[in-house]
Amino acid sequence: MTLRLVTMTKLAQWLWALALLGSAWAALTMGALGLELPSSCQEVLWPLPAYLLVSAGCYALGTVGYRVATFHDCEDAARELQSQIQEARADLARRGMRF
Amino acid sequence: MEPAKSGINYEIIIIDDGSPDGTRDVAEQLEKIYGSNKILLRPREKKLGLGTAYIHGLKYATGNYIIIMDADLSHHPKFIPEFIRKQKEGNFDIVSGTRYTGNGGVYGWDLKRKIISRGANFITQILLRPGASDLTGSFRLYRKEVLQKLIEKCVSKGYVFQMEMIIRARQLNYTIGEVPISFVDRVYGESKLGGNEIVSFLKGLLTLFATT
Repeated sequence: MTLRLVTMTKLAQWLWALALLGSAWAALTMGALGLELPSSCQEVLWPLPAYLLVSAGCYALGTVGYRVATFHDCEDAARELQSQIQEARADLARRGMRF
Repeated sequence: MEPAKSGINYEIIIIDDGSPDGTRDVAEQLEKIYGSNKILLRPREKKLGLGTAYIHGLKYATGNYIIIMDADLSHHPKFIPEFIRKQKEGNFDIVSGTRYTGNGGVYGWDLKRKIISRGANFITQILLRPGASDLTGSFRLYRKEVLQKLIEKCVSKGYVFQMEMIIRARQLNYTIGEVPISFVDRVYGESKLGGNEIVSFLKGLLTLFATT
């Protein structure tokens, strides 16, 4: 595992990002840096990871759902292919192909 | 044959691993009809892997560009001029056929199959950020040297092999263009996506995630 961002594996990149964000969140919520944040900030910050996780889940489901719904069904292509298969078979039979 | 009319210089290399469905016989007849300079039959004794099939075929290829495609008509040759046009347009090292963007699509997939396909692609995009929309597709155009280089580096099998080719190409800074294609499944026979394939896909995906 190296520190250079470009040669890191994807796994390493994720772990680094999570460690960075995780420690920042922990530091802020536990007042470790000696910063006294107003309680309104604390109230938002504390549940943030859980909130982000749920949002990510919803985004994933929504995106996949949308992509499945709009998955293009190539009916024309299938019809065209069937007629071309007939054409090709006739053409090949004329040229001596035995099926 | 459209390629003949379009003035593109081509040859077709058929690698058959002893398929029991009469492929060999049909291929030999095609060779007689169109000539052995256009149809190159290079069979193998028994069923070996896809990667080695590519290597085997490359030995006999005399062109500068290689198009890989499925031979069961799920990939339509009508897209070949579009692949070539796209390659020239951006001087791409690889042109990948995509079922997921633009006019791309599939025929013959039920809801379950579509969900699995889109779900798997979504996870792959999140984890690997590959810069290509369709990683498991196998309808692609490669520069000959690029294909050679990539095959040397790839170690996986099946769907994961196709994914690994794109990922390694990204690592080596090869350029990748995309062409929407229509994938007509189940023209002949059944198309099944078993639990085994899903498991090995996930294993392969996690391996690529952890090692690239």
